[in-house]
Amino acid sequence: MKLIILNDYDQVGEWAAKYIRNKILRFNPGPARFFILGLPTGGTPLGCYKKLIEFYRNGEISFKYVKTFNMDEYVGIPRNHPESYHSFMWNNFFKHIDIQSENTHILDGNAANLIEECDSFEQKIKAAGGIDLFVGGIGPDGHIAFNEPGSSLMSRTRVKTLAQDTILANARFFDGDMSKVPTMALTVGVATVMDAREVMILITGAHKAFALYKAIEDGVNHMWTVSAFQQHPQTVFVCDEDATLELRVKTVKYFKGMMHVHNKLVEPLPPK
Amino acid sequence: MPSNKSVSDAPITQFVNCRILREHKLQREDLWVREGKILDPEKLFFDEKGSADQRVDCEGLIIAPGFIDVQINGGYGIDFSQATDDVRGGIALVAKKILEHGVTSFLPTLVTSPPDIYHKVLPEVKVHSGGMEGAGVLGFHLEGPFISLEKKGAHPEQHLRSFLSDGMSDLIETYGTLDNVAMVTLAPELPNSQSVVRELTQRGITVSLGHSVANLSQAEDAVRYGASFITHLFNAMLPFHHRDPGIVGLLTSDQVPQGRTVFYGMIADGIHTNPAALRIAHRAHPTGLVLVTDAIAAMGLPPGRHTLGQQVIEIQGLHAYVAGTKTLCGSIATMDMCVRHFKQASGCRVEEALEAASLHPAQLLGISHAKGILDYGGDAGETQNIQ
Repeated sequence: MKLIILNDYDQVGEWAAKYIRNKILRFNPGPARFFILGLPTGGTPLGCYKKLIEFYRNGEISFKYVKTFNMDEYVGIPRNHPESYHSFMWNNFFKHIDIQSENTHILDGNAANLIEECDSFEQKIKAAGGIDLFVGGIGPDGHIAFNEPGSSLMSRTRVKTLAQDTILANARFFDGDMSKVPTMALTVGVATVMDAREVMILITGAHKAFALYKAIEDGVNHMWTVSAFQQHPQTVFVCDEDATLELRVKTVKYFKGMMHVHNKLVEPLPPK
Repeated sequence: MPSNKSVSDAPITQFVNCRILREHKLQREDLWVREGKILDPEKLFFDEKGSADQRVDCEGLIIAPGFIDVQINGGYGIDFSQATDDVRGGIALVAKKILEHGVTSFLPTLVTSPPDIYHKVLPEVKVHSGGMEGAGVLGFHLEGPFISLEKKGAHPEQHLRSFLSDGMSDLIETYGTLDNVAMVTLAPELPNSQSVVRELTQRGITVSLGHSVANLSQAEDAVRYGASFITHLFNAMLPFHHRDPGIVGLLTSDQVPQGRTVFYGMIADGIHTNPAALRIAHRAHPTGLVLVTDAIAAMGLPPGRHTLGQQVIEIQGLHAYVAGTKTLCGSIATMDMCVRHFKQASGCRVEEALEAASLHPAQLLGISHAKGILDYGGDAGETQNIQ
């Protein structure tokens, strides 16, 4: 794995956005060859989305030949509910860029048959040729997407009941009222994300520090599902200082020492 | 980008780089319009997989809901209270001209007139939507003749009336018809007015109190029976008195039934109301303030003498007087002037000034689901770009 340690939340968003930008530009997508991007929601990637929008406005990047697959969506809340992940993606990303609706894919938490919806999502990923880069976050309980502690590391897209920790963490988006938070969600599985050719996980804040420790310094364990990525050949963890608080000094020093190499990945590409 | 909408093939226009008045705030959001309706772009994106056919760069201008003028007697030489050969043409002319002031809907207003005027004029015009050719007509505003002699203002004394035995039959006999009538101004202290207020309200016609010497208690009774508007607050009514605030007291009355709002018209032309009085009213009851022009035929015309109702008036600068007197008989200010003057005099936010001319009159007339706002599904014919 590459562990990128930056000073603060804003730097994490910027580094991640530049990484994505460079990946897309190097791939050079076109009408016959789309770049397939897996996307998260939540507070962590907001800074990254803002930067990507900035790059789009500057003319540095276009999303015309990018297809996206989101990780998850709540079950049972209306699609236009302000806290649905459809609303999140529309307001924080899609409406500001030139992506076409038919190239975006978000699980439908109101589908008549939820299992069919999940299976069909897996089929769509397959039909698109698999995910080139899956961007994700990490929950305080170490989950990736809604793969809560105890989720199989071989799991695929399915319906999940949310853990108490997750409901607690999400209550702040529902007027601080836990009873208003949906209890179920559709989510990509751990194996679904593992199938991606590359994975980038963003982690910011001291409250995620223990989860990061469990994810990269402890064993692969279904109680901390992000730990599965220890077995993925191409993973980048991008975090801020606060998120490293539970790591060994040795780990932090090692990866900080490599920053000059890793930063080359986000340098502006030479013009063609 | 090709549009492949599933609901309609009609072109979609996206207004970008603008500030839109929505939910009482100016927001930096794009406005999406298709076939005269404001679209929800999120729904368009996810449900229809559609996108804009045309983008209009607003260069930072404000998009506000069209203004609604509920008291306008004419303009550009047209006097709505005259039964000319071409009533419809006269209304259409004014309707087209006031678009330039941002007004997209209005109530052509008739001052106190003899019955034959009403019988000739009212049937000529139906309620209709506006468009590029002119502002929409939401109905007539009949200001009088059931008003107080003492507070007739510029209205001709010989045509004032009162309710005899059965108020409504007097009213219908006078007007001839109530079709296409949106508002009636009357003096509630006139005997037998209660049944009239109640009946008009039941028919969906807004009852406004004005040209009256009613005390607060009489005004409150009228509100209980359904009255919901005050015609040009302060003008043609008893002045505020601290032991009997009169009609003005409705602004802070605790007798207004739950869930109902009493709106009040203000002519914010800098002449009809002293800015300090405007501020007192605004601060006492900001959500009820409705800007009206009370514009007369001379609005838009050069200085000199012109005809209003059955009388002659004289324009001097920004003032319009009953010829030979110092009695004001209506204003010649335009609605956009009123909005600007109101904002400057009251120190209110831009949003409040815009809402006083759009949202509030829409709420008064009970049409705020479609007009006076820029919400999804609302009528998009009613928008304007302003600075």
